[in-house]
Amino acid sequence: MNTSVKELGDLVGREYKEGFVTDIESDTLPPGLDESVVRFLSANKSEPQFVLDWRLDAFRRWQEMDQPDWAHVHYAPIDYQGISYYSAPKRDEDRPQSLDEVDPKLLETYDKLGIPLEEQKALAGVAVDAVFDSVSVATTFKDKLAKVGVIFCPLSEALINHPDLVRKYLGSVVPATDNFYAALNSAVFTEGSFVYIPKGVRCPMELSTYFRINALNTGQFERTLIVADEGSYVSYLEGCTAPMRDENQLHAAVVELVALKDAEIKYSTVQNWYPGDEEGRGGIYNFVTKRGACRGENAKISWTQVETGSAITWKYPSVLLEGNGSVGEFYSVALTNNCQQADTGTKMIHIGEDTSSTIISKGISAGRGQNAYRGLVKVLKGAKNARNYSQCDSLLMGDRCGAHTFPYVEVKNPTAKIEHEASTSKIGEDQLFYCRQRGLAEEDAVSMIVNGFCKEVFRELPMEFAVEAQKLLGISLEGAVG
Amino acid sequence: MLKISDLRVAVDGKTILNGLSLEIGTGEVHAIMGPNGSGKSTLANVIAGRDGYEVLGGTVEFKGKDLLDLDPEVRAHEGVFLAFQYPVEIPGVANIALLKEGLNAARRYRGEPELDALDFLKLVREKIKLVEMKEEFLYRSVNEGFSGGEKKRNEIFQMAMLEPSLSLLDETDSGLDIDALKIVAGGGNSLRAQDRSVILVTHYQRLLDYIVPDYVHVLAEGRIVQSGDKDLALKLEAEGYGWIEESAGAAA
Ligand SMILES: Nc1ncnc2c1ncn2[C@@H]1O[C@H](COP(=O)(O)OP(=O)(O)OP(=O)(O)O)[C@@H](O)[C@H]1O
Ligand SMILES: [Mg+2]
Repeated sequence: MNTSVKELGDLVGREYKEGFVTDIESDTLPPGLDESVVRFLSANKSEPQFVLDWRLDAFRRWQEMDQPDWAHVHYAPIDYQGISYYSAPKRDEDRPQSLDEVDPKLLETYDKLGIPLEEQKALAGVAVDAVFDSVSVATTFKDKLAKVGVIFCPLSEALINHPDLVRKYLGSVVPATDNFYAALNSAVFTEGSFVYIPKGVRCPMELSTYFRINALNTGQFERTLIVADEGSYVSYLEGCTAPMRDENQLHAAVVELVALKDAEIKYSTVQNWYPGDEEGRGGIYNFVTKRGACRGENAKISWTQVETGSAITWKYPSVLLEGNGSVGEFYSVALTNNCQQADTGTKMIHIGEDTSSTIISKGISAGRGQNAYRGLVKVLKGAKNARNYSQCDSLLMGDRCGAHTFPYVEVKNPTAKIEHEASTSKIGEDQLFYCRQRGLAEEDAVSMIVNGFCKEVFRELPMEFAVEAQKLLGISLEGAVG
Repeated sequence: MLKISDLRVAVDGKTILNGLSLEIGTGEVHAIMGPNGSGKSTLANVIAGRDGYEVLGGTVEFKGKDLLDLDPEVRAHEGVFLAFQYPVEIPGVANIALLKEGLNAARRYRGEPELDALDFLKLVREKIKLVEMKEEFLYRSVNEGFSGGEKKRNEIFQMAMLEPSLSLLDETDSGLDIDALKIVAGGGNSLRAQDRSVILVTHYQRLLDYIVPDYVHVLAEGRIVQSGDKDLALKLEAEGYGWIEESAGAAA
């Protein structure tokens, strides 16, 4: 046990009790995790007591849990005591002072994606100058949202300003002890967002541009909670097509969605964390728990994800179809190249009557990439007339990669209608040649064929995002053939 | 335009073309006939640059360039077009999207400006009329769910759009109804009128009634074993390949 951490934690804990707020601006906790670290994190954000209690409970349960080993991924054991659970934002003098100091490869990718210069600086972590005033942009959006009563703020702020609202829903979809990583997140989460859409309100914008700027704060243990009250609608975009600099290897985020009666939440993700080099060194481990609850009649939750980054992805955005007539959707493109591994899929749990779900999963493997789809469709006893349609397609490029499909179906009500289709194809030499014969360079041909393969998913993405995602796929596959 | 000398090609270690020579002049139409499995598609694929064929010897010259040295897309940009015997389906890729990419890539190669959406559409409308294809086919995925005849018609449409200097039609006439056959022939004839060259791979005399070839060749035993004018095709239609194989066998 690292005594210095313990002492620091104790100290902070005591200070908190005595009502002090320490200036920890330049502090970084030394590696290690124990109760004092959890107390420190909570105190640091001046959280209400209930949050601290919740964190501590999660931490105690986490200590008794084992890291899951059922996923189709392989990696060296993670040393949870070797991680630092808090580091203050980098000071300007410690950041790159201009784009000249940034890895040229990264800049090349930004250029290919057509990312504006100022935004490139922000993404690369360059100390931004006064010209790029992200704060004022964000404020404009905030005003617009406030007018219709939409709350969109960091979770830490919501815990202080809207404690009752958050308390009602936090952990109600993903309980603190749901799984190993969710428990860890519940104990030590440091960043994240809270969204509340009031009754009958259609959120006046995609929560995207705003997020892109905010995404810079994306943390290692992020926690997002979105609540759509009755009859409301929101489309939320997470992530960014541009590869982001990040020094943390382990990411264990939790996302909870709650859609009440007649509400709809559309959650889109483009994930492009650093996948590691061609040998897989240094890539990010992305272990995420995402789940939504349709907690009322005719509620709808739709997950769309494009996963191209990370060394290891472990993620199953799921929907609990509680309300009668509620709808769950999952559209996914997961790409693995070089040494990347992905084990992703969804769970659709049919609880209410007349509930329906759709699963469209497209897995692309290139290089030595390993891609697994893991999906569960569960129809409970009371779920009369439940319907599910699943389609899982895999595309292989080359012969050193792998695709694996693990569909699980559990049906307890005989009126259920479940359809499952699956296909595995190799990117056809004949398709490539056809395109090249028509004049396309090999890489453009690959990109065109792969984008065609993913079309059903891309059309679920908001327009601007879809265009970026297509480019991204092309870039991620560069050099994958030939 | 095209000069093939002593071409020898193997697939999986098996020699398919064994000393094939052929010369095609500007604006000429050549028909290549021959028994199943004799290597006609192999020849077309090698000219177009498909992977998986091992060139053991010989040369292919196109407009004075060593064609075998070029990537398939560069050959396309130089003006080689292959209408496939079995056009492949590409799910999710709109017919028109592929065509636009291909056309503009060729224009870039030639140093011409890319066509913008409007000019491109104008050209498409003009050419699609020639092949009497419905516009909805433009927006469908490449060849996906097309009938056999529709696929062939689509090949001719693409050919009309790309205006190649050398077109290889690999059994484009197979499986076509008579109206479609006339359209294919119309496509070939209009290219010929512009001093472009055409190689027709076919099993049937039928097409040659509409595009009258300057030369007819018989491919067997990996070589051109017989060449002649359009009357050779008539003789083949009447008598089959038996007599040629016998004489070729005797000669060997
Ligand atoms: N990829 C391949 N692998 C193995 N054999 C091949 C391959 N491609 C062609 N062949 C063989 O080469 C020979 C010539 O084939 P090709 O397709 O060129 O014939 P063809 O003259 O076009 O016949 P058809 O009139 O039936 O279209 C055949 O025996 C065929 O089986
Ligand atoms: Mg053939």
